[in-house]
Amino acid sequence: MDANFFIYKLILIAAILGLSLLVAMYATLLERKLAAFFQDRLGPNRAGKWGLLQPLADGVKLFFKEEFIPASADKFLYVLGPSLSMLVALLTSAVIPWGPSINIGGTEYALQVANVNIGVLYLFAIVSIGVYGIMIGGWASNNKYALLGAVRASSQMISYELALGLSIVALVMTSGSLNLSEIVNQQDGFKWNIFYQPLGFIIFLICAFAETNRAPFDLPECETELIGGYHTEYSSMKLGFYLFAEYINMFVSGAIIATLFLGGYDFPGIDQLGLSQNALAAAGFLVLFAKISFIIFLFMWIRWTLPRFRYDQLMKLGWKKLLPLAVLNIILTGFISLLMQ
Amino acid sequence: MDIYIFYGLSILMIFSSIMVLVSKKGIHSLLYLIFSFFTLAGHYVLLNAQFLAVVHIIVYAGAIMVLFLFSVMLLNLNVESEVPKSLYARLAAVVASGLLLVTLISALKGFDISSTKPIHLSQIGTVENLGKILYSDYLLPFEIASVLFISAMVGAVMLGRKELNF
Repeated sequence: MDANFFIYKLILIAAILGLSLLVAMYATLLERKLAAFFQDRLGPNRAGKWGLLQPLADGVKLFFKEEFIPASADKFLYVLGPSLSMLVALLTSAVIPWGPSINIGGTEYALQVANVNIGVLYLFAIVSIGVYGIMIGGWASNNKYALLGAVRASSQMISYELALGLSIVALVMTSGSLNLSEIVNQQDGFKWNIFYQPLGFIIFLICAFAETNRAPFDLPECETELIGGYHTEYSSMKLGFYLFAEYINMFVSGAIIATLFLGGYDFPGIDQLGLSQNALAAAGFLVLFAKISFIIFLFMWIRWTLPRFRYDQLMKLGWKKLLPLAVLNIILTGFISLLMQ
Repeated sequence: MDIYIFYGLSILMIFSSIMVLVSKKGIHSLLYLIFSFFTLAGHYVLLNAQFLAVVHIIVYAGAIMVLFLFSVMLLNLNVESEVPKSLYARLAAVVASGLLLVTLISALKGFDISSTKPIHLSQIGTVENLGKILYSDYLLPFEIASVLFISAMVGAVMLGRKELNF
């Protein structure tokens, strides 16, 4: 492992971290602007031009709020909860290929922090431990609403994890690889997985909504029943971390959906443009970013369009509709790929 | 470099395993147990068994421990509400764990440390190799294990039903 490689990886990690935080910051503004648009309002427009400084103002406000820990709370776990949420949200971006490899001084560098052979399983592992931040925070608050919110959140996430995993299984069956950059390379030239796995795509998308606790599946923080759900007792930047982690999760799951189903950084005709290698990498990154932006928009579009599910409807959808559909998808995929041989 | 990571992970692992036993609150020892699972996954990665490491996290940290966390949180176990164990139960626990210790020591005694190969270069832990071995040499045990899982699931569903009509 030479020093150049090490420095390059450090810079890449810092860049991806910065990008995730920046995108999450401005996603909050976009969310409020879109909500305003859907509800025929103007939205935030006082801080800076078109409200562009609103995220900064929100951040400053959260920082200066009183840092409050309830007397009966488990102090260590109370702080650990939001930290874990944030950590897990940021961990996923390590295996996503952000673009074709770039060339610096004759050496090839991949725009991916860790090109592991088991990238898909890594994603799934991170999803499966995502529940701890919410559960620990909700329990440590020592508040019945927070505990109920945490229990709801975790049972929802566990239920939808199953269908999510099974929809990935069908995808892995067609691609024959668990390596994310290989999956992206296979989709080169508009052979996007969404055309081969339309059912899997829909299941994955719905489960992604449930895993990020976004409406119409935002029952863990359902105000009408649970005050604020698992973060009822939280204030200041700890609350900020929980809310912020949701936006980072949205960005990262957008990146995962784009990578697995929408061809990653591939765009039809991108090779014919006659770009140099580094320009091609930049173009590829922009294409991926456009896809991610569209998915983030989709998340917000649905949040401000659909009402919240009832809890039993949520469980029924997860266990009785999505899970059998995902199993059917696996069987169909196996059957068709046998016939194609 | 590997050896430093190994020692760091081992120290963390032993520390968290001890804390599992020493912690007063059930939830703390559970979280230490989860942490020790992560250090174990780190050991798997050092042995170049990435698949095992990730599956270990998915199955133990992601599924089983979440269920444990559920039950411990909802039962709210703590020292005050715990019923003191009887003398016989304690004696049985000491004897059982003592027997386990003897078995482990006798198993490790015959192990020749000097002959270990540089195991981090082996490719046996990759998905391809593991899949090939599981579906050729160990096909029968693998399939029997799946039957075992199905029977456990059926049993759990059976016990969880409200009205039992045999």
